Amino acid sequence: MLVGSPVTASTPIITPQLIAEHGLTADEYLRIVELIGRDPSITELGIFSAMWNEHCSYKSSKVHLRTLPTTGPCVIQGPGENAGVISIGDNLAVVFKMESHNHPSYIEPYQGAATGVGGILRDVFTMGARPIACLNSLRFGDPAHPRTRSLVSGVVAGIGGYGNSFGVPTVGGSVGFHTRYDGNCLVNAMAVGLADADRIFYAAATGVGTPIVYLGSKTGRDGIHGASMASAEFGEGAEEKRPTVQVGDPFSEKLLLEACLEIMAKDCVIAIQDMGAAGLTCSAVEMGAKGDLGVTLDLDKVPCREAGMTAYEMMLSESQERMLMVLRPEKEAEAEAIFRKWGLDFAVVGETTPGKRFIVRWRGDTVADLPIKELGDEAPVYHRPFVETPPPAIVRAADVEAPMSVGAVLERLLGTPDLCSKRWVWEQYDHIILGNTVQRPGGDAAVVRINEGPKGLAMTTDVTPRYCEADPFEGSKQAVAEAWRNLTSVGATPLAVTDNLNFGNPERPEIMGQLIGAIRGIAEACQALDFPVVSGNVSLYNETSGRAILPTPTIGGVGLIENFSKSATLAFKAPDEQILLLGETRGWLGQSIYLRDICGREEGAPPPVDLAAERRNGDLVRALIGEGTATAVHDVSDGGLLVALAEMAMASGLGARLYAAAMLMPEHAFWFGEDQARYVVTVRPDRGEAVMARAKAAGVPLRRLGQTTGNGVLTLPNAAPIPVRTLAERFEAWLPGYMAGKAG
Amino acid sequence: MKSAVIVFPGSNRERDVARALQLVSGREPALLWHADTALPAGTDLVVLPGGFSYGDYLRCGAIAAHAPIMEAVRDHVRRGGLVIGICNGFQILCETGLLPGVLLRNSGLRFICRDVHLRIERSDTPFTRGYNAGQVIRVPVAHGEGNYFAHPATIARLEAEGRVLFRYTAPDGALDPRHNVNGATNAIAGVLSEKLNVLGLMPHPENHVDPAVGSTDGRGLFAGLVAHFAAAA
Repeated sequence: MLVGSPVTASTPIITPQLIAEHGLTADEYLRIVELIGRDPSITELGIFSAMWNEHCSYKSSKVHLRTLPTTGPCVIQGPGENAGVISIGDNLAVVFKMESHNHPSYIEPYQGAATGVGGILRDVFTMGARPIACLNSLRFGDPAHPRTRSLVSGVVAGIGGYGNSFGVPTVGGSVGFHTRYDGNCLVNAMAVGLADADRIFYAAATGVGTPIVYLGSKTGRDGIHGASMASAEFGEGAEEKRPTVQVGDPFSEKLLLEACLEIMAKDCVIAIQDMGAAGLTCSAVEMGAKGDLGVTLDLDKVPCREAGMTAYEMMLSESQERMLMVLRPEKEAEAEAIFRKWGLDFAVVGETTPGKRFIVRWRGDTVADLPIKELGDEAPVYHRPFVETPPPAIVRAADVEAPMSVGAVLERLLGTPDLCSKRWVWEQYDHIILGNTVQRPGGDAAVVRINEGPKGLAMTTDVTPRYCEADPFEGSKQAVAEAWRNLTSVGATPLAVTDNLNFGNPERPEIMGQLIGAIRGIAEACQALDFPVVSGNVSLYNETSGRAILPTPTIGGVGLIENFSKSATLAFKAPDEQILLLGETRGWLGQSIYLRDICGREEGAPPPVDLAAERRNGDLVRALIGEGTATAVHDVSDGGLLVALAEMAMASGLGARLYAAAMLMPEHAFWFGEDQARYVVTVRPDRGEAVMARAKAAGVPLRRLGQTTGNGVLTLPNAAPIPVRTLAERFEAWLPGYMAGKAG
Repeated sequence: MKSAVIVFPGSNRERDVARALQLVSGREPALLWHADTALPAGTDLVVLPGGFSYGDYLRCGAIAAHAPIMEAVRDHVRRGGLVIGICNGFQILCETGLLPGVLLRNSGLRFICRDVHLRIERSDTPFTRGYNAGQVIRVPVAHGEGNYFAHPATIARLEAEGRVLFRYTAPDGALDPRHNVNGATNAIAGVLSEKLNVLGLMPHPENHVDPAVGSTDGRGLFAGLVAHFAAAA
């Protein structure tokens, strides 16, 4: 055991500036010195910086995240592993997680987004699951901002470039624009995989003296300090951080997937951890810390892409497509042969030890000797000061002007950046590979068949950031409720969520207040809807030059359909069917798209979410789908009722003859209000009465909206008929036009 | 029908096509690794699946064209055996010289995944006997480089010899530049070799064989081949 500071050939003196450059505070540095009883070596400083940054340690959010509901009858593994795991019966498990790659994508859109996809796929197959679908939730700045177009172009190409080559269908997600993302776009990537429920693989190492094996691609100098970069806000010159962005290689990842699943199937693996943020450091520490074991690494054994890499560089590299494993010693040769077959590197780089120390050796020196628990699962946590977001004023519908006719508003809204068709995006993603995509992008939720069926999995990502900005608590409840509703709309039973919390600088009390409010909202909604959080990611410091993004707690939801062939779609199915609205309409215009995009007012309280009503209404809709009564289903969200109806018409080419708006509120509040817990459902004409009786018995407000028609026209009383084709042209035109250079 | 699917590192639609072959022919295809050097005895049909062989970091298909297994595929072709290359498989066949032409970057410069309509130009080949000439089918494409290009003399020869098997068209079968998804010369989606035993096509009929996911318009390709080999036996 060494005494004093570990020595390397050129140990720099640890200065306050060096500490600051590593993203550590003076207090944190003192804590390190206290912990190890001496000044750290430069490699040790790098290791602490990698483990104790916000991205890896969750130090600002941890105490609050503990309040989330994370258990339930379907939960096999909640947060804390590479991904969450839920049971869907028949010894099948669904493994899923969402993770942000915001900072890298802003600096280098293609590679940033690509490696975001690569990282989340690795998280899923590390647990023994074969990825079956990806989704992504993207937020960009004002379309008129000079960088927005190139960011959209690069991010979408990067997501497609990685997922398409890797060979997983990208089946859903969302895209939105807002000026508050001008200097900080969001790329939240979600991956979903399928595994045998009794063959899930974890990170915790077991057994002393077992070999630790490095697998996959070689280590280079890319991505050094990536996690620290992602834990700081941007100032001027963010582009200069480009060298901290990693470069993705989906080809190697595909090989890594096949090789990992093969050695898992051959029972070679005791523990496995992918090298994501903070690379070798984080993966090795987590394996040891979770298994209550020490780890010794010999860096001279690490496969390197470039000569002359220092211990510091090897420990902090974020080169992609790498894995660390603890193998059954007797299976080592078999595992190596499999990796060699796939053309991947395989090297024993260390072993587990009894001492709970993290020891790193390089060129005959011990360059790090640290307590492993304090580095990993006992890293510092903060109770940061916060101020709650003040409650916004309620906007009364009667106080909102109606400058245009209802029909003109509809045409305008369908061509806005937030409501327009995102076909330009999802057509760049292979969404059909693997041959199981039952519902493609463009609906409420994607549906993927499980193996040969009959089970199907529904997936969605949701959040309405402007609601969260106005009221983090209600807005976050809404994000959960909308995910639950979108899964319900295709007929799925919602099972669990992954959350990706994107916020500004938590050292500012008002941002911390947003984060705490959002977590409270998610907790309350997930509790009420039996929708536990099984995995997630927190991305803080999303701000540039002091301006934070809108608080964006993205919710990725997963639900199960017992028979995928019964899943519902939003397209009208036949003329002369009854169109029904389930759920109560009060004409809530605060924070609505109408108020913002027609009246130019982004203000007010967002629509409140009544979780009991959500549950009641959703359960009825799901039952109607299951028994085949509902012929088309669509949840009502952004843009309100008439936008939902137009989307159902556009998806089918059919039209609708609609009754007059409710008398109790202004017409524009009825058609464009964003009240929650609502669904539009169509039924055959002879089933209308029965459904109304069912709704009454269940206490679900129901309103007849009109009938579907075969003439391809939307007709409102006392208004000019609107051809659905005209709407569809507007709906489809904005994004391709914008990307081709038209003004935003 | 005894079929073999070649798996290169980076192939990613091998499971899709194997599943379609199994579904339609009732027989599981052999999956062969790129480093293998021989086809199983009695192989009727060889399929080069879609994907990004070796990452496609060089020209698409350029490295796969030199894989050890390709010598056995060439022998199979010389013996008159049938080969289909789908998407990346088509690119590989062009790189090996088993088919003429090249696949350029899509004219829109973006990867594109969507259902397209294909007109079957002739039904008197083993690949299309499951369809009628002039029939229009709906199948998906998913590629970034599918813009078929060849020297004008080569194109003229392909057309004259009836070696253009599939064309991108409007749903009614009419040629229409708006439906030429990748800008291919003469809207060519699939071509045959001189002896009509090698087919390359960009679209993915293997993804449209099941009514539960998409449609069954792609089944005709596989069903036609099964019928072809049943008739030959």
